[in-house]
Amino acid sequence: MIKNISNLGDAALYCDFGREVNEEINSYVISYFNYLKKLVEDKSIQGITNLSPSYNKLIVSFDLSITNFQKIKNKIETIKILNNEKKKSKKIKIPVCCEEKQALDLVPLSKKLKISPEEILNLYFKKEYFCYMTGFIAGMPFLGDIDETIRVDRLKTPRVKVPKGSVGITEQFCNIYTFESPGGWNILGNTPIKIFDKTNLNNPALIKPGDKVSFYKITKEEYLNWND
Amino acid sequence: MTETHFEILRAGTNSSIQDQGRKNLYHIGITISGAMDQKIFKLSNALVNNNLNEGVIEFAYQGPLLKLKNGSANFAITGNVDFNILRKNSIVEKGKCFQSYLLEKDDQLDIVYTKDSVFGYLAIEGGFKIEKVWNSFSVNTKAKIGPNNGEKFSTDEKIYLKKPEANNFEKKNIEYNNSVATTIRTVKGTNFDYFSNEAKNKFFKEEYQVTNLSDRMGMRLEGPKLDNTVNTNIKSEGLVKGVVQVPADGNPIIMFSDHGSIGGYPKIAVVITADHDRAAQLVPGSKIKFKEVDLDEAESLFKNYSKGIKGYLEKIK
Repeated sequence: MIKNISNLGDAALYCDFGREVNEEINSYVISYFNYLKKLVEDKSIQGITNLSPSYNKLIVSFDLSITNFQKIKNKIETIKILNNEKKKSKKIKIPVCCEEKQALDLVPLSKKLKISPEEILNLYFKKEYFCYMTGFIAGMPFLGDIDETIRVDRLKTPRVKVPKGSVGITEQFCNIYTFESPGGWNILGNTPIKIFDKTNLNNPALIKPGDKVSFYKITKEEYLNWND
Repeated sequence: MTETHFEILRAGTNSSIQDQGRKNLYHIGITISGAMDQKIFKLSNALVNNNLNEGVIEFAYQGPLLKLKNGSANFAITGNVDFNILRKNSIVEKGKCFQSYLLEKDDQLDIVYTKDSVFGYLAIEGGFKIEKVWNSFSVNTKAKIGPNNGEKFSTDEKIYLKKPEANNFEKKNIEYNNSVATTIRTVKGTNFDYFSNEAKNKFFKEEYQVTNLSDRMGMRLEGPKLDNTVNTNIKSEGLVKGVVQVPADGNPIIMFSDHGSIGGYPKIAVVITADHDRAAQLVPGSKIKFKEVDLDEAESLFKNYSKGIKGYLEKIK
């Protein structure tokens, strides 16, 4: 449930569902998101321009020339979510190449964690991950939770360009860069497959919140000759 | 080829089609995009009798050199822009911003550069023959989203106009004062209390300089380092235009139109909507100060901002 609503600037509401990150809290976020999305689609609420669900927050952006913080807040406070969203989870397997050229941060990470590169990759490949949200850039999945022993912070200064297809980790999470983009995650490899297909206008994102994702290692040859 | 179109003789550094931006797609990671300076984008459309949300060409620093093939066109340029019209009889006409002009077959429009500012806009009466993607003309070159395959315009490309001839051309203009911002007003961010008291003071008292690592996604600033006493990372969560994030290196970054939909750095402040346009126009090397306002002030400053636009629109009518 929403613990607190505050303003993020003058044109967005920041709904806080708590500090923890788990499937339970995340599914409440998704429930509120779906409820509000329906209100927007049915035009039964005016002025909302975007809904942005994440692990434990929901940001509601609005057009300040149509509505304001207090009006949207009043509306959200009347919403009662009775049934928590049941996830329809799909299982997806993603191939990853971890050669030196792709695994940009594997060696420094190994030094930092004092764990061998092989062991970092073993721990990363053996788990199945839950998709909490997609975003940052189009279709980027935020997955968790990675093994406790390989958790690290973001890079101190984010990279100006992370290559498309890079798979990264930070804290308890892992992700996939669907486009070249700035970013601060620790890069362990690169996938040759298309995670976001912009030509598919109705269903562009391969991975959606609630899906289960696992990774498997491929060789340099398989990577270079991949046919999506 | 008899359709009225522009031939791009020089594309300029960053010329793309933009409108108000996209809505309701943050949740799959598609950001808002749209004109960086929404105010003068709208005014460019108004000056050529367009719907205010028609797609226009946004350019940054060096603009495009365009040759009109066939027909005629009513155009206006807004911003602080140096441009010339090269008439086909070799007469060079110095252009004035915030004024509509008639361009005739084989005339060239040379948009030289944006002065003391970053972005300018070229609107054509009737708009361009370009298909919207996800209900918007806006191009996001980083995510490769939008028409033209999500790419900026390139030299030798052609841009077709919806209206083949500018019938009944009537000159319209307004006096517009291009001012350079030195103060950017913000409200406190949701992680304001992650920062030390010293950092909070510095943020609102000292000067920050715009670096050249600035584009449609965000503007990186440099100045007194902002010391975070709680955590230099937060759990990734939604971002909005105007958010000022501070990564572990202590330098603030302002999010703009092509920002990532989600971010994991603490938010010290958010630029108020009324100041988005002014902030976007800051050139690298500019020095600014942040000022704190509360939500009520921000809302009333937005009303003034809207009133300002309305005032110009009435003058154009």
